[in-house]
Amino acid sequence: MGLELKNLYDDFRDGNTIKAYAKIIKEDAKKLKNQINIMEVCGGHTHTIMKYGLPQLLPSNIKFIHGPGCPVCIMPKERIDHAYVLSMVEDVILVTLGDMIKVPGSNGSLQDARSRGSDVRFVYSPLECLKIANENPTKKIIFFAIGFETTTPMTAALLDAVIKKDIKNIFFHINHVTVPEVMRELIDSRDEHVDSYNNKIDAFLGPSHVSVISGSKIYEEFPRDYNRLVVVSGFEPVDVMQAISMIVKQFIEGRCELEIEYKRLVTYDGNLKAQELIERYFDKRDLFKWRGLGNIPKSGLKLKPEFKEYDAEIIYKDILPIGEIEDHKLCICGDILRGMANPPECTIFGTACKPTSPIGSCMVSSEGACAAYYKYGNLR
Amino acid sequence: MNKTISLACGNGGEENNELISKVFYKAFKNEILEKSEDAAIIHNGKLAFSTDSFTVSPLFFAGADIGKLAVCGTCNDLAMMGAKPKYLTCSVIIEEGFATRELDKIVRSMKKELEINGAIVVSGDTKVVPRGSVDKIFINTSGIGEVIKKGISSNNISKDDIIIVNRDIGCHGAAIFVAREGIEMTSSLKSDCESLYPQVKALLDANIKITALRDATRGGVSAVLNEWASQSNICIEVEEESIPVSDEVKGICEMLGFEATALANEGTFVLAVKKEDADKAVEILKGFPSCLKATTIGKITDTHLKKVILKSSWGTSRFLDTPSGELLPRIC
Repeated sequence: MGLELKNLYDDFRDGNTIKAYAKIIKEDAKKLKNQINIMEVCGGHTHTIMKYGLPQLLPSNIKFIHGPGCPVCIMPKERIDHAYVLSMVEDVILVTLGDMIKVPGSNGSLQDARSRGSDVRFVYSPLECLKIANENPTKKIIFFAIGFETTTPMTAALLDAVIKKDIKNIFFHINHVTVPEVMRELIDSRDEHVDSYNNKIDAFLGPSHVSVISGSKIYEEFPRDYNRLVVVSGFEPVDVMQAISMIVKQFIEGRCELEIEYKRLVTYDGNLKAQELIERYFDKRDLFKWRGLGNIPKSGLKLKPEFKEYDAEIIYKDILPIGEIEDHKLCICGDILRGMANPPECTIFGTACKPTSPIGSCMVSSEGACAAYYKYGNLR
Repeated sequence: MNKTISLACGNGGEENNELISKVFYKAFKNEILEKSEDAAIIHNGKLAFSTDSFTVSPLFFAGADIGKLAVCGTCNDLAMMGAKPKYLTCSVIIEEGFATRELDKIVRSMKKELEINGAIVVSGDTKVVPRGSVDKIFINTSGIGEVIKKGISSNNISKDDIIIVNRDIGCHGAAIFVAREGIEMTSSLKSDCESLYPQVKALLDANIKITALRDATRGGVSAVLNEWASQSNICIEVEEESIPVSDEVKGICEMLGFEATALANEGTFVLAVKKEDADKAVEILKGFPSCLKATTIGKITDTHLKKVILKSSWGTSRFLDTPSGELLPRIC
């Protein structure tokens, strides 16, 4: 019998396995001297933790801090405004991934742009742009590229195909960001405001899909230089519970190491071919603004100068807005993303700020902490 | 409300509700409309009256087509009020250039489904509009049904009731997604599109004490449960494991990051029946070939009024929220 789709998740959502891990963690946690604050960097983990109610299974001395890793949530209004303006250009088809089209900019979301007449499309894979370009030879296809290390190779593969096939009507607006830089920022920025922080990140839950591409090696510096352990974890509830158990064991045994829970696909080196493709086409930006967190050095990518003929940011430079947009005054997403506050502590949570009318980054996509609290509740 | 209407306003979820209450209910306010049932109960409770428009793409898909959908949709809304569908109107808006052969195929499909319901089309209208004004063909059907069992209402659910679903959920939404997005998948997945009156009739004939019925169309089972929780001021607690979902639908949800409870259905309905009749109701439903997976999924409590709680097999619980926004795949 061949492998079926259900084999990929069935066992990893097994109630008995989850309960067994909860029991192990509860027993082990009795030996802990202090509370452990675990930051799940990725919004996908936040989603899993809330959707499957995992905090309800954990003892009170293990706490989750929700991290900034959701490509949709962290996109600042300035960049969405770029996409909006580009989509309004007469002969442009603006293409992006999934629920990016819901995120509000200052004029509205790409969904709003579409309802106002622009041609905005979402795709499952950037390579679908090739088909759109072929079917619309008189139009300019702009791929609004977003996401972390997981989606970057797909954008690189599209550019690779565009160059090899000498396609003239596909362009790129690059918004790819990287995980280690924001993790570093969260630890470093803590030192500047040390008095105002209630929480401390003791350990990181690293997203497995990032490491499938980049390897676990990208987190080496955190145990070594920052004394924060990292466990690279899959996204199923059994994966997360196993990873939590591994973290607790490290604390009991006095270790601070980089470990991989998701050994099904993650290796130390990752996918070297994908990394080579990224290296070939992208440079680091000096600064990239994250919604809710501000400018973070070297955290974003851009096309290398030799590929400027494909760069929509350069080609359309004259029409793209350049001003900075402040985050909403009442929104505390920055604090939530840094682990200082919980979503219900925000005065506009669930009232002025809801998934249907998000104000802050954490409410924007279902993977944001606020959206997950709003949608799933925090039932104990 | 947004200044312009977005696709999310037609999702059967939160934005849809907002649009209806802030624009239509505000203007048309009256006692019958405010009951917010699947069909309006009129003429001293003797008749049920409903309307629906159909704009599906593609027009033909695994398990049904827009014609079958247009008859099932309106007849099912009537059946959900305990009414036998009797008279329908049929109004079509056709884009110029549409193939007559396809139109004929759609109408023949409607005829077949009308026969299953024992209903007839008694009035109609045809408009042809310039290319680009509509996407191929839009069909509106309105229907009048004769109320067989009075008092079925989603406003009266109480702790004496048990929640049942008639079959595995999400097949229509998943089948349409596969057809629309050209996902190449070998599977037996097909829409659940089906007339529900025969099932309702069987329950009524057996004297099952039904409190409420609702077909879980756009917004899926989660929208129905949330509407019920809100309309009857109750908390509905659902055991996640008991909700029947086929492997094919689970697979689609897995690939795209959807929840089966938010996917649309066209032949799936949720029932609130008195506790003592629950087992019998499930047994009757299982007598229909499409309903072998009919089952009890939840009960009524007062822990979180107006909310639906989903309980996992490992002892955790969370809200099952009303779907919001356009159904789009997750990015990662």
